[in-house]
Amino acid sequence: MSENVKEFTLENFNTEVIESDTPVLVDFWAEWCGPCRVIAPVVDEIATEYSQKVKVGKLNVDNENQIASQYGVRSIPALLIFKNGAVANQIVGAVPKNKITEILDSVI
Amino acid sequence: MNRKVIIIGSGPAGLTAALYTARANLSPLVFEGNQPGGQLTITTDVENYPGFPEGIMGPELMEQFRTQATRFGAECHFKHVTKVDFSERPFKVWVADEIFTTDSIIIATGASAKMLGLESENELMGYGVSACATCDGFFFKDKKVIVVGGGDSAMEEATYLTKFASEVKIVHRREEFRASKIMIERAMNNEKISVIWNSSIKEILGSKEKGIHGVLLEDSKNKNTKEEKCDGVFMAIGHKPNTDLFVEILDSDNAGYLITKEGSTATNIEGVFACGDVQDHVYRQAVTAAGTGCMSAIDAERYLEALKNN
Repeated sequence: MSENVKEFTLENFNTEVIESDTPVLVDFWAEWCGPCRVIAPVVDEIATEYSQKVKVGKLNVDNENQIASQYGVRSIPALLIFKNGAVANQIVGAVPKNKITEILDSVI
Repeated sequence: MNRKVIIIGSGPAGLTAALYTARANLSPLVFEGNQPGGQLTITTDVENYPGFPEGIMGPELMEQFRTQATRFGAECHFKHVTKVDFSERPFKVWVADEIFTTDSIIIATGASAKMLGLESENELMGYGVSACATCDGFFFKDKKVIVVGGGDSAMEEATYLTKFASEVKIVHRREEFRASKIMIERAMNNEKISVIWNSSIKEILGSKEKGIHGVLLEDSKNKNTKEEKCDGVFMAIGHKPNTDLFVEILDSDNAGYLITKEGSTATNIEGVFACGDVQDHVYRQAVTAAGTGCMSAIDAERYLEALKNN
């Protein structure tokens, strides 16, 4: 995992995501999710390329089920883009990098 | 740079074709598509792939396929092909605006879950509608879910979902299942599972924001409709080959599967080969897909060899 990718938990979710000054890309994932493994290196790359503009982090739904259900996540991988404390857009399922950056660019 | 071979798809067929063409020094380029690793990445234990007596997790097996292919020089890209042109040589393949050319093509795009074709289903996919119990079941702890279908995969999904859901209802449009006896028994002996016979889903009720709260069912005999409450809908109504890019140019059967010449993986266009589930509606196993993937690599190699000598 790239050093640009943070780990979000119930403890730091408010300060790191909700109160963040920059947009945040949250990757909802789990160990048992095959497509999540596929998308992990893509999220890594995006974290590096967007390190000046976007905060990127992962949220393990096994550990943080409460946050997942709070945001209505019903399928993973799910990438939620937060801006000013609210979900600005989301991507469900493993999609190629250009799809993700396209949506990310339109939000930030 | 013109390639010798481009492989479209990255399941057992595509990655075996990649392994063999890489070892034949053809430097294959693999476009992995929207689901790298293919259908096995959304399963759990694979117990019937030879060589793994204890079984192996589907995603892990596919990682190993990929590692083995790239070890010999296969280039795998997480990109989805959007257009092809096989009308002149070299063949052309597009990924959005990027264009690639190649002397031969191996199609290994596989199959994906069939959907009902409802607008509400399409909109709520990933928001309560799912085609993969092992991926999404987790999110339906103590919830009520519906499984649509009557075959083995419907029984399997329903049984699997009882690990999470409080109640699983199988909605089937006929009055008996076509699943195998053992799978039906396993599902019917589970007290969380019940069946709604002779019914089909007309509408899925809900929104992206709030998820699903029910479905509208139609009785196939008297056409009466009624609402059935649920929090999730899992599709298990079979598979369809992923041939949208090729239907106009390659021969296919009534169900859309690509037709290959008997005893080979050749399609009706010379230099274009097809392997795995996209051309097989009979066996559809990881090991048979890998087998035809190997065949298509050898077929492509021979084709390229013949080109050189002409």
